[in-house]
This record gives sequence, structure tokens and C-alpha cells, in this order.
Amino acid sequence: MDIKQIAVFLENKKGRLAEVARVLAKAGVNIRALSLADTADFGILRIIVNDPETALEALRAAEFVAQATEVLAIEVADKPGGLSRILDIFAKAGINIEYMYAFVEKRIDNAIVIFKVDDEVAAAKILKEEGIGLITSDILKSL
Amino acid sequence: MWNKACETMDRQLLASLQGERLAKLVEALYRYVPFYRKKMDIAGVSPKDVRCIEDISKLPFTSKDEMREVYPWGLLAVKKEDIVEVHTSSGTTGKPVVDAYTEADIKLWGEVMARTLAMGETKKDDIVHNAYGYGLFTGGLGVHYGCHTLGATVIPMSGGNTKRQLMMLKDFQATVLTCTPSYSLLLAETGLEEGLDFKSLPLRVGFFGAEPWGEEMRKEIEEKLGLKAIDIYGLTEIIGPGVASECLTQQGLHIFEDLFYPEIIDPATGKVLPPGEKGELVLTTLTKEGTPVLRYRTRDITYFLNDSCSCGRSLRRMHRLLGRTDDMLIIRGVNVFPSQIEEVLLKVEGVEPHYQILVDRQGQLDSIEVQVEMNDRLFSDEIKNLSKLEKEIEAELYSTLNIHSTVKLVEPKSIPRSEGKAKRVIDRRTIS
Repeated sequence: MDIKQIAVFLENKKGRLAEVARVLAKAGVNIRALSLADTADFGILRIIVNDPETALEALRAAEFVAQATEVLAIEVADKPGGLSRILDIFAKAGINIEYMYAFVEKRIDNAIVIFKVDDEVAAAKILKEEGIGLITSDILKSL
Repeated sequence: MWNKACETMDRQLLASLQGERLAKLVEALYRYVPFYRKKMDIAGVSPKDVRCIEDISKLPFTSKDEMREVYPWGLLAVKKEDIVEVHTSSGTTGKPVVDAYTEADIKLWGEVMARTLAMGETKKDDIVHNAYGYGLFTGGLGVHYGCHTLGATVIPMSGGNTKRQLMMLKDFQATVLTCTPSYSLLLAETGLEEGLDFKSLPLRVGFFGAEPWGEEMRKEIEEKLGLKAIDIYGLTEIIGPGVASECLTQQGLHIFEDLFYPEIIDPATGKVLPPGEKGELVLTTLTKEGTPVLRYRTRDITYFLNDSCSCGRSLRRMHRLLGRTDDMLIIRGVNVFPSQIEEVLLKVEGVEPHYQILVDRQGQLDSIEVQVEMNDRLFSDEIKNLSKLEKEIEAELYSTLNIHSTVKLVEPKSIPRSEGKAKRVIDRRTIS
């Protein structure tokens, strides 16, 4: 039920992000969503791609430090209150969000929000109870 | 233990023995060696001022440069005809330093090297594959004499011809290996290429020295060669190998203090430091006849370990060499050695030995930045974990160096690799 996100270590210097994009383009990998977290010295690029294995291989071959992380992808109604509902559920269940980012998928009406939480198993369980479906990697690939 | 009486001697008895020997040495140096007489006259000390070992601090230091100036025979304290063998330092940076041995000195050398080999439980029935170079270099013959004294079988391979070395190791089933640490790795790697796995050999222990090496390399050697790697220390100016050696506990090197008196001094002021403080190692040969040396400044940085060793020897131990005074950085008035930083980094789980130290000065304040390469084991997709890692390393560095430094995580391979010695320190300070 989890999907794979690729996280890449980047030094804060010119051209590094461009280099990642170049490596992925060359490997024929399509970036679906991305988020960049940074400090003064370094950043962590997190991406959702159509083919995580190929992406990981290509990045490592280009001597990037990259790793695959399991994250939750949730379909959220693309209207006021859509995100709020999910966050309320997490808050009530005491689940902490480490980070999140969202993207809009053109072939569906909903937004997709990527969550990294401190307790994935509990999060998946509570979402199921609330009738909120998780997007699997298969679904994501088919989009 | 080869010489239990000397190696486990009561510390007080040892001090009085050292004092007696020093007084005798200073007498002889003053009488027979103009080089030392002149130095003592300039320092205003005469032999009668030296009665106990503590009096050593009154005596002048000897530097390598001074010893070179009197090349070749200027350090001789006996008649030339009493010399039976001569060795010299490599002389890569100028004229070499001469070590001339009397018969008794050669015996002494055999004794300290027998003690060294016995530190790793080498016995009569051991076969010692000696791949230290034979010749003017002291490594080969030092081990050689030690084996003779001990009664072990020595295979005098000397350096080079790696394939032949492998054949001899295999055919004669050596149990002890002696060579430089880097050569041991070359042997193991060449062995693998040639289909010889060192772990299938009966090698039990290796004595490695004559070049700087650290814990990381020790791990690699022990893993690849399947033996216990012992760090040994010595220098041509003093006798060659046989000044100090680790025992099997591998917790610092026991110095043969009854024969070589060690001091740790502040390299900047020359002041003797209290035990436990790091500084430059200074050595005095207490019983050598041919070319005795008074307070030789080794430029090697270390400190004394004050706790007693579980092996039972009472001989004081020094930490493995931390570096050379030439590499020392003075940051905000604190002496810092790149090797200390390396030691801290290697203690942190997952950190690889790829790092660089940047020293800079903003206004009047020195700053130090330690760049550490990111790798798969250290990486996390969460900023807080990486920031925590930086803070952790910074805290470890502070507790060792006593000054604040900034740790910066950098991308892999961003620190230039160079052949042999890596460029670890970039000092951007301009002294105005």
C-alpha cells in the first residue's frame, strides 16, 4: 500500500538539481512530484517517479547518494477542506507528520498528497477505518 | 614476555635506574662528544647537575638538523674501531642521520626487538617472514636481530618481489609477518589475484611500523590477512625499530623505558607536559654506546596513557602516533592534529574516512569546518536526522578538541582524492 519515494542528497551549490534532472531524463524517468527541503548547507530532494528502481540505479551510477523510502500517497478531494479532513484524522490518532507535499494529477479530479509519518502502520489502519483509500504504486503507474 | 624483570619493574626502582643511567650517559657525552659538550656548555649545565632522572629537563634538546650537521661521525661517543655496524636515516630531506652501533648496541637492538616480537607471543618455534627492507634502513636488520635473540626462524625476504614473497609465505608457512602496513595490504591483494588467500595461511600476528597508519587500516589488515596487527615504533636516530610496541591488548605502545627515556613536551615552548597531555615525544637513549642521543625531538605527536595495562607490563604506554608536529594546526590557541579529527570521525557509525578540514579566519577569530562525505549509510530522507548527525559529530569533536567546529555534509566524491597522502587540511588563514 506504500509507494516508493526517492530521496537524494544535494549539496547547496550551483547546478546540482539540474544534474539530477539530467540524470533522470537520460534514464527515461518521469518525475511526477517533487519537494525540496533544505538547510544552509545541504538539501534533500524527494521525488515520486514513474520508475523508482531505474531512477535509483541511474542516480547511484552518477554518484549521488539516493535512497528509496516508503511513503503514503493519499487521494484528497481537490476542494476546500479536503486536506483538513486528513490532517484532523492524523491529529486525533496522534500520528505525527514528518513531511508532506502534494501534487495534482491531471487525469483524476483529486489531488494526491504524499505523507511521511512517524507511524505508518497506525496511519494506514486509521485511514482504512475512515474509508480513505491509499494510492498504491500500481495505481500511480497507471495514471 | 621476553624480559620480565625489566618489563614489569617497580616504577620507583625503574626511576632510580633511569637516573643512574642518565648520569652516566651525560658524563660520557660531556667527555667524549664535542657536539654534546658544546650544547651543554651553551645551556649552562654540567654533568654534576644531573643526579636523578628528573634532572633531564635541565639538559638541551637535540634536533635532527643538528645531528645532520655533524654527519658522518660527529655523534660518535666511542672509538671508531669499536663500531661494528652503521645505519643511516633515508636522508630524503637532507643529509642522513647516522646511527653507529658497537657490539653491545647490536645486542641491545636484538634485546628490544626480541621484546617487541614477544609482545605478540612470538616464540622459538615461530617462523618470521621479514619483509622490511634490509640495508641501511633499520627495519630489516632490526627484526632480524630480534629473531636471532629470540631464537625464532627468520626468513630474510627484504622488500619487493611480491610474487616471490607469496611463494615463500605459502611454502614455509610463516606464522609471523613483519613489514610496513601498506606492504601487508599489497601482499594480501596480490595474493588474491594470484589465488592465495591469506586467511588460509597460518599467519597469527604481524608487526607493522615505519609509516603512519590508523585504526581503519588496522581493521583492514586484520580482516584481509587474518592476523593480529601490532603497531611498533622506532626511529633510526634512536636505534631503529624497538623503541616501543603494542602488546596483544593493542591499547597503546609500551615504551622500553629502562633503555629509552621518553618525555612529552609542548612543541612550541619545549616545556615538559604532565602525563596524559598530548605533545611531542622526546627520547633519550640511556645505555647506547656508539651514538647515544640526548633528548631527541622526534616531531611525533602522542601522549602517555596513565592507566596500567592488563598484560602485566609496568612499562609506560603511549598512544599510537597522532601525527607530526609539522602537521599541527593551532586554532584559537589550541593544538589540533588532523589525526584527532579523523579518530573522532571514524568513531561515528557510518562515517567513511573521506573528510577535509578547512581552517579560516574571520576578523580575529579562527574557524574550523570539517567536511564529511555523505554516503548511503548516513543518509536519511529527513532533514532533522541529518542535522542531528551534524550536531552529533560537532559534539564529539568538541569533546576531543575542546574547540568548536562546524560540520558540513558534502556530496560523495566531492573531496579530492589524491594518490597516497590525501590533502586533509586547507588552511585559508592569512596572517596579517
